Amino acid sequence: MLEKAKMAEMYQKMLEIRYFEEKVFELYGQNLVPGTIHLYAWQEAVAVGVCANLRRDDYITSTHRGHGHTIAKGAELGKIMAEILGKKAGYCKGKGGSMHIADFSLGMLGATAVVGAGIPIAAGAGLSIKLRGTTQVVACFFGEGASNQGTFHEGINMASIWKLPVVFVCENNLYAMGTRQSRVMTIENVADRAVAYGILGIVVDGNDVLAVYEAAREAVRRAREGKGPTLIECKTYRHKGHSRVDPATYRPKEEVEEWLKKDPIPRFRTKLLEQKVLTEAEANKIEKDAVAAVEYAVKFALESPYPAPEEALEDVYA
Amino acid sequence: MRQITIRDALREALREEMLKDKTVFILGEDVGRYWHGAFGVTKGLAEEFGDERVRDTPISESAIIGVATGAAITGMRPVAEIMFGDLSALAMDQIANQAAKLRYMFGGQAKVPLVIRMPFGAGVNIAAHHSQSLEAWFMHAPGLWVAVASTPYDAKGLLKTAIRGDNPVMFFEHKLLYPVKGEVPEEEFTVPFGVADVKREGEDVSIVATLYMVHKALAAAEELAKQGISAEVIDPRTLVPLDKQAIINSVKKTGRLVIVTEDCKTAGVSAEIAAIVAEEALDYLDAPIRRVAEPDTPIPFSPPLEQFVIPNEKSIVKAVREIVS
Repeated sequence: MLEKAKMAEMYQKMLEIRYFEEKVFELYGQNLVPGTIHLYAWQEAVAVGVCANLRRDDYITSTHRGHGHTIAKGAELGKIMAEILGKKAGYCKGKGGSMHIADFSLGMLGATAVVGAGIPIAAGAGLSIKLRGTTQVVACFFGEGASNQGTFHEGINMASIWKLPVVFVCENNLYAMGTRQSRVMTIENVADRAVAYGILGIVVDGNDVLAVYEAAREAVRRAREGKGPTLIECKTYRHKGHSRVDPATYRPKEEVEEWLKKDPIPRFRTKLLEQKVLTEAEANKIEKDAVAAVEYAVKFALESPYPAPEEALEDVYA
Repeated sequence: MRQITIRDALREALREEMLKDKTVFILGEDVGRYWHGAFGVTKGLAEEFGDERVRDTPISESAIIGVATGAAITGMRPVAEIMFGDLSALAMDQIANQAAKLRYMFGGQAKVPLVIRMPFGAGVNIAAHHSQSLEAWFMHAPGLWVAVASTPYDAKGLLKTAIRGDNPVMFFEHKLLYPVKGEVPEEEFTVPFGVADVKREGEDVSIVATLYMVHKALAAAEELAKQGISAEVIDPRTLVPLDKQAIINSVKKTGRLVIVTEDCKTAGVSAEIAAIVAEEALDYLDAPIRRVAEPDTPIPFSPPLEQFVIPNEKSIVKAVREIVS
């Protein structure tokens, strides 16, 4: 059984992601967010369950739907929000935006918006760990859509042959934009593809943070011990459409309703209360703190200035 | 001074940097002890440094570059080999969208000390998938540096600079140049990026040439000298960064410019250099700029076909004669 403090922290992170994404959605509606957004809401159990196993010096790679990964790794909400709003105080000084947040000081090696492109990069961070002889690990997040890219095959194969310390985390939210998984794969479980690389493939309920935590704990342990990569498939669902413009009409109503019942946050809360890990008052306090943290981040981001236009010319070369 | 081949010069650069810095490692298809790279550049290195640091990979160009990029942003200095330049197309996302852009997208947080070595170039009858000159593709991807050494000295010095630098470098190695010999001192030296080299001084015409074409241009200059024309041959040595000033200075002196490259003419290296001179030094030109480049075709197989498309001494002399009376 996990320590109380750890579980409380996981609960708070999940709430921070949820409230953060709700705020991003709200700000977008007010025309304050340039470009587009891909919200992580409802997938919180995956990022939090995995990152709760990581040390500060461990690495993660992320995707276009990456706010949750960054928050779960411990990044500052204000600097993430400032980046999403295109502000100079953002993690990337306004050069990356919602789809390219990185915090190298936390081992957050950045979000790539080319689907599947982060997989070999994560393997490379794993090779770097192996060559430098440290005990770090890499958690590589990607969606089920990415598992149809060549990079999935090439990257996981290399990680397998070289026994690299990488945990490949497939967040299967059933849809790649509007394309349902069953239309582009004849298998139900992405994790089954692990067989092709001679590595362990595991399917977990991606809306159960403790299930994700347990699966990732084992995978991280094996990675640190030099036993190579694991592919964990987390079955989950996104709350909104693919991006801001998408009402997600391609998803059957019954399916959405079915998944609504599996919202990872109330599920975790119920469990925490039932198992007396937290009292009602403690849970409420955590919820209040998470709201306050997000409110502060929004204020910080809104009050931050934009970069000077000519800063567009900086950071191309080292 | 001792004379060594470009192949040996490149190997020396790799070996010396690997001795000096533990984070330098090599990866690629058959670069290790069983083959030593398709052109033998890595001969002996796996034996000396071990299979971990001279790492054979599966045939997975995209992952070779992706893995190298991931290693580069986490403290290593990988030197990746793509067996033939044409095959870089397989890794184009990792090169142009990832390695090139990570630093910028992440607001300067990432350093990408990555060298991508690529044997390339026409002239050995291996047709369209193993022969093309693709420097211009990478000049068009901000974030990448592009190195184009034509001599053993430059090859060694530029490769050392590339390995020590913190930017991703596309390092072009023309396969016909591997056995070419030249003077290379025993002692330590590097060649800076962005500094052109005047390979032959002259007064009547500036010939800017790269890679194998530098040697063709020098041969043409020799022939032109017999005809009473003094040609200056300038080798930019790196296309990104490009030493514009050296080219412009030469044009100011000679008033005439011929650009010789082995890539396709349309939107190629020569187009960029011609545009720079037209934009920044037009008033110094006494004649139109001439470009000697390949026609816009894939590289053909049959020897007469292939030789027809590759610029040569004659086509360079002809281009010069068109603008120097």
